[in-house]
Amino acid sequence: METKRANKWINALVPVIAVILGLLVGAVIMVISGYNPFEAYGSIFQMVFLTPYYAGETIVTMIPLILSGLSVAFAFRTGLFNIGVEGQLLVGWLASVAFAIHFADWPKLVLIPLCLLVAALAGGLWGLIPGLLKARFYVHEVITTIMMNYIALYSTNAIIRQFLYADGERTPLIPDSASLSSNFLSNITGGSRLHWGILVALLGAVIMWFLLWRTTLGYELRAIGFNPDASRYAGMNVARNIITSFAIAGGFAGVAGAMLGLGTYHYMSINASFTGIGFDGIAVALLGVNTAPGVVIGAALFAALETGEVSMQSLGIPNDLVEIIIALIIFFVASHYMIRWTLDRFKKGGAAR
Amino acid sequence: MSYVIEMRHIRKEFPGIVANDDITLQVKQGEIHALLGENGAGKSTLMNILFGLYQPDAGEIVVKGRPVKITSPNVAGELGIGMVHQHFMLVDKFTVTENIILGAEPRSGGRIDIKTAREKVRALSEQYGLNVDPDKKIRDISVGMQQRVEILKTLYRGADILIFDEPTAVLTPHEIRELIKIMKRLVQEGKSIILITHKLKEIMAVADRCTVIRRGKAIATVNVAETNPTELASMMVGRDVAFTVNEEPYQPKEEVLKIVDLTVIDNRRVKVVDRLNLTVKAGEIVGIAGVDGNGQTELIEAITGLRKAESGKIFLKNIDITNKPVRKIIELGVGHIPEDRHKHGLVLDFSIGDNMVLETYYRPPFARAGIMNHDKVREHARRLIGDYDVRTPSIDTPARALSGGNQQKAIIAREIDRDPDLLIASQPTRGLDIGAIEFIHKRLIEQRKKGKAILLISLELDEIMNLSDRIAVIYNGKIIDMVKPSETNEDELGLLMTGHKRKGGASHGNEAGE
Ligand SMILES: Nc1ncnc2c1ncn2[C@@H]1O[C@H](COP(=O)(O)OP(=O)(O)OP(=O)(O)O)[C@@H](O)[C@H]1O
Ligand SMILES: [Mg+2]
Repeated sequence: METKRANKWINALVPVIAVILGLLVGAVIMVISGYNPFEAYGSIFQMVFLTPYYAGETIVTMIPLILSGLSVAFAFRTGLFNIGVEGQLLVGWLASVAFAIHFADWPKLVLIPLCLLVAALAGGLWGLIPGLLKARFYVHEVITTIMMNYIALYSTNAIIRQFLYADGERTPLIPDSASLSSNFLSNITGGSRLHWGILVALLGAVIMWFLLWRTTLGYELRAIGFNPDASRYAGMNVARNIITSFAIAGGFAGVAGAMLGLGTYHYMSINASFTGIGFDGIAVALLGVNTAPGVVIGAALFAALETGEVSMQSLGIPNDLVEIIIALIIFFVASHYMIRWTLDRFKKGGAAR
Repeated sequence: MSYVIEMRHIRKEFPGIVANDDITLQVKQGEIHALLGENGAGKSTLMNILFGLYQPDAGEIVVKGRPVKITSPNVAGELGIGMVHQHFMLVDKFTVTENIILGAEPRSGGRIDIKTAREKVRALSEQYGLNVDPDKKIRDISVGMQQRVEILKTLYRGADILIFDEPTAVLTPHEIRELIKIMKRLVQEGKSIILITHKLKEIMAVADRCTVIRRGKAIATVNVAETNPTELASMMVGRDVAFTVNEEPYQPKEEVLKIVDLTVIDNRRVKVVDRLNLTVKAGEIVGIAGVDGNGQTELIEAITGLRKAESGKIFLKNIDITNKPVRKIIELGVGHIPEDRHKHGLVLDFSIGDNMVLETYYRPPFARAGIMNHDKVREHARRLIGDYDVRTPSIDTPARALSGGNQQKAIIAREIDRDPDLLIASQPTRGLDIGAIEFIHKRLIEQRKKGKAILLISLELDEIMNLSDRIAVIYNGKIIDMVKPSETNEDELGLLMTGHKRKGGASHGNEAGE
């Protein structure tokens, strides 16, 4: 019993230490380049925690990141690499916006849940395809999801141009009846774009946790993630579960897209390139060690650093440095074996004394 | 007295368990020293410490009179210590030579000097009578030869102290005899050997001395010449052990499994099961005897739905289960103890508790309407662990951290507890200590008495002879003979297994000896 707790404790500690190491090495780089790290980190802190507007904007950034991270983490539990969040997010985004515009006169309480559902279905469908290809034809999901990303990018753009074009290279605005924005949230955060999507994202985290740890489906998905052979011997349908897992992961990503459409922007723009949210989701999942609470915390950190870029720039520190720090943190998380090893040594030293 | 290895007062703790508790082990130059102990007694742990994979919490190690700290397998290698692991660590697509030099490549001018290496491998192989072809690819050679490659690997690196962790568990009886010869040859040439095995016969046959470990403590070190298997067994378990024989009256009832003209092809599209016929009745144990690779694996895979049957029919209690989904077959009442426990029997990263419901997690009381009831799962696991004496610190321990024998006991507990009408047991006691073997054999006989049908596949002829009511001899994918254990002996069985026919034996493809 006690050992289990000790292990959990170490598991949680690893990403924390990775973050600290990342910030430390970042500080060293700043010193070398002639900037003051205290000033830099201090300004990020001040901005994110003490300036209501930026606090709000940080949460706005965090919302789709949480869902994107959940998508990657969920698939990973089944042993699948979902590199396709980006594409699933785009189709989810478009689906939610198109649905909202089309059914503009429906009441808010019906329209918003339906928009979210449609986004989840669209993303899920986009995830289903690589799942099917993997399960039926053994095509590696990394390749197919990357291809699906490009298909999503160009076809959503084409659809917007063809059917939903408005001035400014985007779709028309969604009706108020589909908007997640809230005057109240905006007012308490100094006029930021903060919207109710944060509740949706947190609910997403709860759903992921529940699915994985409380349902038979979650048991199956985790078993297959660890050992597909033994799972097959035990009578589980591995192919079907791969498809299911990908569809659910795609669903999370689709809702992430809806957060942009219904919350942040109120429209979908014609995207010249990917949003990057899907790729950040991979790092967020890694940082959150593929657990639901971990993903929320990881997304918060990423969002804070992204907001911090603005404040660093005001100090004349190039925002590339923030990218470097993010990269360092990812590096240290990825090298968690090193950290774990050191921790083990440390623990042993403590026990011997 | 000169010892090549002295491990003094070694202690090693794992979370929740003391795996080694003040163990002292002394190995003489040129001897074969056996380590005997129940599953989970701490043998592998002790050897992993000697090989530098684990660090002891207390105690010291002296190699050839010199106190040393073995911090990694590389250090162990420099000290002349080599280990032949139970799970081979070979690259399938490489040749024998390439595997042997991997990590210790001889170089001449920046290039790997494969020629010299090849010659050295050939010379070593000849010197120790290993009979290994240096140019064969690993995937093309038998398990026994792969093991000899592992031995060569340690010799190539200059080891003179060899650790064998359960080397015979994966070998056929013939290969075991070969290995015993090789070990004797090795000590003749001045090597020292530490041998872990659960088979008392083998200890009696090759070992000079034997150290018995029980629950992490060294109980005694004895001269093998001055002891006997019964004494060793009771020292190890702490009580007397009886060798189980199936002696209940044989009263078979209705047919449970009926296989008609079954043909199965393997991944290379070769016919490995060839119009095979077999029946197993309620209340009987049918043993399948055969040299490894004569279709046993594919036969089981076809019965359990894991591999497609090309033609023929399989009936379970008169229901056609040919090519039905695995789950369906399980639900109809088939239990399966798979041969490869790590690959097929367990999810090693799951807790031992979760592993106990691997086939039943979706059914009440473990789940209702898709929602798991973890309390019930834990309750169930706790009961099985108690009933089947699975030694684990807790039900939350990952299956990976259990000793090999206890992993096997966990699978057996799970399968027998489901009370299937047909139980397929493939190498059910591989790697188990004799106490545990006795226990498993009792359980199998108990199931038979309850009127269940049992299909037993084992490379251990002892086990087949002692437990089976009928023995089906499999050769080239057919049951070529059916004998009663009372009417045959190991020698005859050995002959039949290589395709020889008994006088008056049955024709190919038909079930005989009824
Ligand atoms: N890495 C590990 N983490 C936690 N516990 C472990 C670990 N390795 C071994 N143990 C525990 O230590 C004890 C001794 O295990 P060990 O593998 O040495 O047994 P063994 O004598 O080799 O048994 P077997 O004959 O079944 O292979 C067992 O209770 C096992 O559960
Ligand atoms: Mg062992």
